[in-house]
Amino acid sequence: MTVTRLVDQDRPAIAFTVDGAEIVAKQGDTLLTAMLAGGLTHVRTSEFGDGGRAGFCWMGACQDCWVLVEGSGIRRSCTTLAEPGMRVIRR
Amino acid sequence: MKTVVVVGAGPAGIRAVEQLVRAGLRPIWIEESPDGGGRITQRPPAGFKRDAASLYGADSGRAKRLHATLDAMKPRTDWRPDTLVWNIRPEARTLQTLTGGSQQGEIAYDALILCTGAVDRVVPMPGWTMPGVTTLGGAQVALKAQGVGIGMSPVLVGSGPLLILTALQYIKAGAKPALVLDTTPFLQKAWETSGLLWNAPTFLRGVLMDLRLRLSGVPYAEDATPIAIEGDTAVTALRWRDSGWREHVTPCDAVALGWGLKPESQLADLAGVPFDYDTKQQNWVPRRDAAGRTPVPGVFLAGDGAGIGGAEVAELAGARAALALLADAHLPSDAALTNHLDGRLRTEARFRAALDRAFPYPAKLAAKMADEVSVCRCEVISAGELRAAAAAEAPEMNRAKAFSRVGMGRCQGRLCGPPAAAVLADALGVKVDEVGRLRGQPPVKPIPVQ
Ligand SMILES: Cc1cc2nc3c(=O)[nH]c(=O)nc-3n(C[C@H](O)[C@H](O)[C@H](O)COP(=O)(O)OP(=O)(O)OC[C@H]3O[C@@H](n4cnc5c(N)ncnc54)[C@H](O)[C@@H]3O)c2cc1C
Ligand code: FES
Repeated sequence: MTVTRLVDQDRPAIAFTVDGAEIVAKQGDTLLTAMLAGGLTHVRTSEFGDGGRAGFCWMGACQDCWVLVEGSGIRRSCTTLAEPGMRVIRR
Repeated sequence: MKTVVVVGAGPAGIRAVEQLVRAGLRPIWIEESPDGGGRITQRPPAGFKRDAASLYGADSGRAKRLHATLDAMKPRTDWRPDTLVWNIRPEARTLQTLTGGSQQGEIAYDALILCTGAVDRVVPMPGWTMPGVTTLGGAQVALKAQGVGIGMSPVLVGSGPLLILTALQYIKAGAKPALVLDTTPFLQKAWETSGLLWNAPTFLRGVLMDLRLRLSGVPYAEDATPIAIEGDTAVTALRWRDSGWREHVTPCDAVALGWGLKPESQLADLAGVPFDYDTKQQNWVPRRDAAGRTPVPGVFLAGDGAGIGGAEVAELAGARAALALLADAHLPSDAALTNHLDGRLRTEARFRAALDRAFPYPAKLAAKMADEVSVCRCEVISAGELRAAAAAEAPEMNRAKAFSRVGMGRCQGRLCGPPAAAVLADALGVKVDEVGRLRGQPPVKPIPVQ
């Protein structure tokens, strides 16, 4: 997976953490974009032992991109914007 | 008419609301996303700077017109973005909603127009749950709404106009696809061209897009068959077979899959609208007349959620459903516009029928998937398990669901529905419509437990 920033990336940088490690993203990134473009290979681990998952539909339909956002619970990373200081936990 | 609710602010919802407001109503307008626009004219979040031309290409005119109407209508309606309708209780004519991911609400309605759009139709294959594999629509949303590509050399697999469009958008953004794999034979597409002339401008646009892809230098395989997505923790290649049955391995860093669309029709189901199998479209579609009226009094449907028609039809159908609602409520409605829309919708339906024939869902490919492939990516249920359910006398989808849990996962059968039906029908030796469809259940998307 090499989610790559291609166009329209002239936006202010923001930082948040995933499992305690800092990710630098851009304002307007969804958590899914921020995590994958930030170098993570997956955003959750399948509870059925078949490996990592990194979303599928990017539009809120498949629910395969859930993460835990401290203070607001389980969120779909593809429809949640990254915000400075967010603490995200992968499950 | 007291409370009219429109669900969805894509092309269909925007044009429906416009007609209601024109007639002096102030509808409640609900949209799950933070802003309207729908899929084809989805707006990126605040801070992105591309103009309409670079965002929407040949659809930029449509996007500008739709966005202008959207913004003009917001203050003239009870506009409720960031709000999911997760249930409908038809006896009580009540919608249940969730705003901002946490705030529950209930809305009583007198009439309802559902404009809920569609999702990609996929065929599961080995490796399809790996990071780096997305839907074709997802690959497009990534680029349009986030300015990122799913990879630097992705392979795009599927059929239909969205396949070529996405390929061209990736080429333009600087991420040249390693391969575009179209499962449809060229001749089948060519054969339908006479029918496609029902919408000559759109047809011409399609031909030009096709030509641009052929001239781009990107490998374009037609009548080809995907075999497996390879890789361990990340995508490394697509294994596939060409029309002459020769096997190839194309290295790539991402794969997008999409064979047309499937109506997002769970709300219509919950509202009590019956469904019929559309053999041309190979989809279950909620029953409605040409104006969008359903057999359930007060419930109207428009856009892709009422049967796939594309953006143009969505706009026409949205306006038409609103006019039907007004007429049924004995409110003044524009008769000349109604006639005009009816004519346009008839012509577009002929175009659509040809398009559906030209780009069929590869049901055979889905039906014959290997036993170990996960049909359901939510609960990791294999085709083999589903076939075992069929052998254990599951003559239709909802029984098979009870036996195998297929369709019970968090996506509620949105993705596994069509391929699971193909597998089950094939295992039972019956036609795909005979195994029925997964019934919709609330909540249509997971919501926090109360
Ligand atoms: C990912 C994707 C990309 C596409 N890209 C193109 C393209 O580039 N070109 C093209 O011609 N066609 C494209 N299409 C086809 C597209 O569906 C139609 O062209 C057009 O957008 C249909 O308009 P619509 O109003 O029917 O639905 P949509 O535009 O899909 O709008 C439906 C709206 O309803 C909202 N909604 C759905 N359910 C609920 C609910 N329960 N509660 C609240 N709100 C809800 C959705 O958030 C959405 O905004 C795409 C489709 C998909 C799925
Ligand atoms: S990627 Fe499908 S819901 Fe987020």
